[in-house]
Amino acid sequence: MSESDVTRHGVQGTRPGREAPTGTRAGRRRRRRGRGEQPMVPDATFSSYYGKPVLNKPTWKPLDIAGYLYLGGLAGASSLLAAGGQVTGRPGLAAPAKLGAAGAISLSLAALVHDLGRPARFLNMLRVLKPTSPMSVGSWLLAGYAPLTLTAAATEVAGRWRLLGSAATAASAVLGPAVATYTAVLLSDTAVPAWHEGYRELPFVFAGSAATAASGLALAAAPTAEAGPARRTAVLGAALELGAFRTMKRRMGLPAESFDQGRPHLLLRAAELLTAGGAALALFGGRDRRLALASGAALLTGSAALRFGVFHAGVASAEDPAYTVVPQRERLAARGR
Amino acid sequence: MSEGDEVRGNLLYGPQPDVAGASGYPDAPPRMGFFTDTSVCIGCKACEVACKEWNAIPEDGLELTGMSYDNTQSLGADTWRHVAFIEQRKPFGGQEPGVAHEDVDVFAAAARLGTDAASPGPGATAPPPGPAPEGAPAGQISPLSPDGRTELRWLMASDVCKHCTHAACLDVCPTGALFRTEFGTVVVQEDVCNGCGYCVPACPYGVIDQRKDDGRVWKCTLCYDRLGVGMEPACAKSCPTDSIQFGPLEELRERARDRVAQLRAAGVTDARLYGENPEDGVGGDGAFFLLLDDPEVYGLPPDPVVTTRDLPDMWRHAALAAASLAALALGGFLRRPR
Repeated sequence: MSESDVTRHGVQGTRPGREAPTGTRAGRRRRRRGRGEQPMVPDATFSSYYGKPVLNKPTWKPLDIAGYLYLGGLAGASSLLAAGGQVTGRPGLAAPAKLGAAGAISLSLAALVHDLGRPARFLNMLRVLKPTSPMSVGSWLLAGYAPLTLTAAATEVAGRWRLLGSAATAASAVLGPAVATYTAVLLSDTAVPAWHEGYRELPFVFAGSAATAASGLALAAAPTAEAGPARRTAVLGAALELGAFRTMKRRMGLPAESFDQGRPHLLLRAAELLTAGGAALALFGGRDRRLALASGAALLTGSAALRFGVFHAGVASAEDPAYTVVPQRERLAARGR
Repeated sequence: MSEGDEVRGNLLYGPQPDVAGASGYPDAPPRMGFFTDTSVCIGCKACEVACKEWNAIPEDGLELTGMSYDNTQSLGADTWRHVAFIEQRKPFGGQEPGVAHEDVDVFAAAARLGTDAASPGPGATAPPPGPAPEGAPAGQISPLSPDGRTELRWLMASDVCKHCTHAACLDVCPTGALFRTEFGTVVVQEDVCNGCGYCVPACPYGVIDQRKDDGRVWKCTLCYDRLGVGMEPACAKSCPTDSIQFGPLEELRERARDRVAQLRAAGVTDARLYGENPEDGVGGDGAFFLLLDDPEVYGLPPDPVVTTRDLPDMWRHAALAAASLAALALGGFLRRPR
């Protein structure tokens, strides 16, 4: 606004005023930030309605929902480590994993209810079971999974009802992977370009991220003598997460840009460094307790940064009409219309 | 496959001729919808006002955008009809351009009145029209002024919920608050909605949104309450030019095809239908449009696809990823052979 002045001779300055060409406004084409990767498609000009977004952006609160994506993954994969620790006789690994799963899923439920516009109606989530709604499927999944992890953790703390505890641990390990990966479907089943276009790879990204988070917690909390499986899981998880994420960005086309700009870019870059660094520490740190702690902290933070980065990139891609219009135009052109 | 299966098929994607029947209404009335003919929209916003009044929608911000006469900006929780304004340097159909009169001294012209044949005095009959500009088709007025300039046109269009054949908002709603009515429209039950907000990013058109102080989501109901007693929706009722037409969808589609043909014959080659095709990504819209430019110029997506088209594939990939996660943890516990 301040770039123009109203003078005796009309408006002076950079705003074109009544000379403005109408109907030709192209959307913002922000430059890609410096580093490396080439744009997957050439910068396209496109029409939009005064640069306003086509989509309504998600109303979800970042802390609640990105936080839930993270905690759900942490819980789901922790249940696997808990069961594994129990079966292979590593109580020092199983105990923190069980407690971590129960704590994370409890926080998740609180975040999910808090995010509702009408929290008092949270039970409406169990009013129907709709396979077409990932959120409905997820609600039922959590309704089964959360009591199991809580039972497993309670019996662990109480030190009694071992049989019940083992059964709950085993059952939560069956549901755990589903809890950790369905959240990818939750995001992908929207019109948000950066979430929907990555639907093939996002579940694998989240699976890897869940594995690194859970093994990070185990590395930080379990005695080093029993943390071997957590170290290996961390390395495998980091490889899956980073590999799947790169594949996703490469195949996504234009909306992949939203992962490389602004806050999502910072978060995802941090996630990459922390996850890779944490996995390397886990691999080469040996049995040094302090290195294990540092590795665990890096992995936990890296996984969280990834979830927040993916969340914010999706919101950014919904806010820019280019990511909605240009791919659809290209699709139409490819169909020859 | 029996005929019934074919009708009930395509639940997530593709043509669906009996949308109410597929949702469990055995004897549904014909599917109702809107045909918004933007070529006769005058931008009066009577539809916006009628919608607000009938549905008792709260005020949604009194802002002046400065970009155009459009201060409503977009559809949302408290805007169920939105009139878009677009100015373009393009001629509209048979509009007569290049008729500015800055170089005419009206006083001098008035003084000459009645003094020669070119300026007949009061009571004289109109002079014969001059020759058409060069390049003008016979019997029509050229969109170009003699010096080659084109003039501007205003596009106005009243946007609304599309009531998709395959509605993503309805598909993803976890509580069943969104439902398909017997008229084939999509409506939110406000006593069930718990404000999870999933429908908001699911909508490929950016229609439904959350009301902040209320927590629940709101959108056009195609005046379900009025339809139930045989009345037309408030916006269509109030539209002074019949730009918003309401009726059985089949009839509207037929009328729209005729209208496009009529406009094209009259030289409005830009005229096209948007959202009327049952083969499109959302199985055709219950509320479709006649546009005079590309959809994105009006803020509409050019090729929307219902996100749940890919849902079976998404579940498959998630199941595979869950199996990978389990295998990965198993790999962690496997002792390396020594």
